[in-house]
Amino acid sequence: MYWNWKIGGIALGLIFFAAVALVKPIGVSTQFVILDGIIAKALNPGVVTQDKTNKSGYRSLNPYLNKSGGKYARSVANPWNYSFIFVLSMIVGGLLGRFFTCPEDDKPSGSIPEHHRRRFGDTAALRYLMAFIGGVLVLWGSRMAGGCTSGHMMSGMMQTALSGYLFAFAVFVVAVPVAIILYKKQGE
Amino acid sequence: MNIFLAIVIGAIFGFILQRVGAADPDKILGMLRLTDLHLAKTILTGIGVSSILLFLGLAIGWISPSHIHVKSLYAGVLMGGLVFGLGWAISGFCPGTGVVAMGAGRKDAAFFVLGGLVGAALFMVMYGPFSSTCLFHGLLGGKVTLAQAGKFKALIGGAAGTFVAVVIGLVFIVLSAKLPTSFRSEKG
Repeated sequence: MYWNWKIGGIALGLIFFAAVALVKPIGVSTQFVILDGIIAKALNPGVVTQDKTNKSGYRSLNPYLNKSGGKYARSVANPWNYSFIFVLSMIVGGLLGRFFTCPEDDKPSGSIPEHHRRRFGDTAALRYLMAFIGGVLVLWGSRMAGGCTSGHMMSGMMQTALSGYLFAFAVFVVAVPVAIILYKKQGE
Repeated sequence: MNIFLAIVIGAIFGFILQRVGAADPDKILGMLRLTDLHLAKTILTGIGVSSILLFLGLAIGWISPSHIHVKSLYAGVLMGGLVFGLGWAISGFCPGTGVVAMGAGRKDAAFFVLGGLVGAALFMVMYGPFSSTCLFHGLLGGKVTLAQAGKFKALIGGAAGTFVAVVIGLVFIVLSAKLPTSFRSEKG
């Protein structure tokens, strides 16, 4: 059984508060860019180079990694930084969470969501394709918006940031009708 | 010390996301289809609790204002949010919950993360020509909050700001408690 909303909501609130009290607001989507940068740098070391004249001490050929004085370029060159390790550690957290799931609730790994199964059937490949396409759109959108559910919606609205309210509005105004139509139940 | 905190807070955050059901696409799609609002109640409570603690902590000086990071408000937040919403509804994952679900052993989440890396890379390539357009021009002063948080611009400053933020936090919690678990009933 998942936690009920009272316990879950308080736990979620406390961890978002603890993060900003101890270090800084939680954010995730930037780290997809950092991992892309790390991969690009492994293929071509010239993508990120040291440059004392840039504010961060690093420079990138890519305008996005180079923005704000090469802030992202520095993270790519030094992957053992707070934000990147934070997201890697979330993977471990997900694994730990699964250990606490009762066996009868535990869905088989690689499972197809029930919503998908009853609308599109049991073909795993179709679910994987939709998850992949969703991933492309979600991360492209996150980077265009400058944050995701964690950074904009939770951390942003926690700080009463106007950008957080706008992001939340934009996300739900599309996500709700699309989910209702796409995962419509037979006979509904 | 920061790396230690990244590991601990990241793992706890991932654990909580898994335990509240946020890393389960069925719970996300249930929320977006308005048939199971449990997760919406959890998120609203989370924002309310963290926001009240944050603004009280700032007011009594327990939290360093330097920890506050407000994201900029620009047209791209709206556009990115709309694209994000589409991908979220298709996949049932967002960046953080996709990473956590992958850790919990979901194969579809691994495809989501892969798609995310592609989406982020696409944005990195497109950013150069985009960066000078009005999509990225700060609106209403860019990094701006409703209530004064840290050194960022705010519509309401000082003690009045703290009061407003706490009231908004309480509204979130009351809204969460009053929200029914479902707006639409499942048929069939």
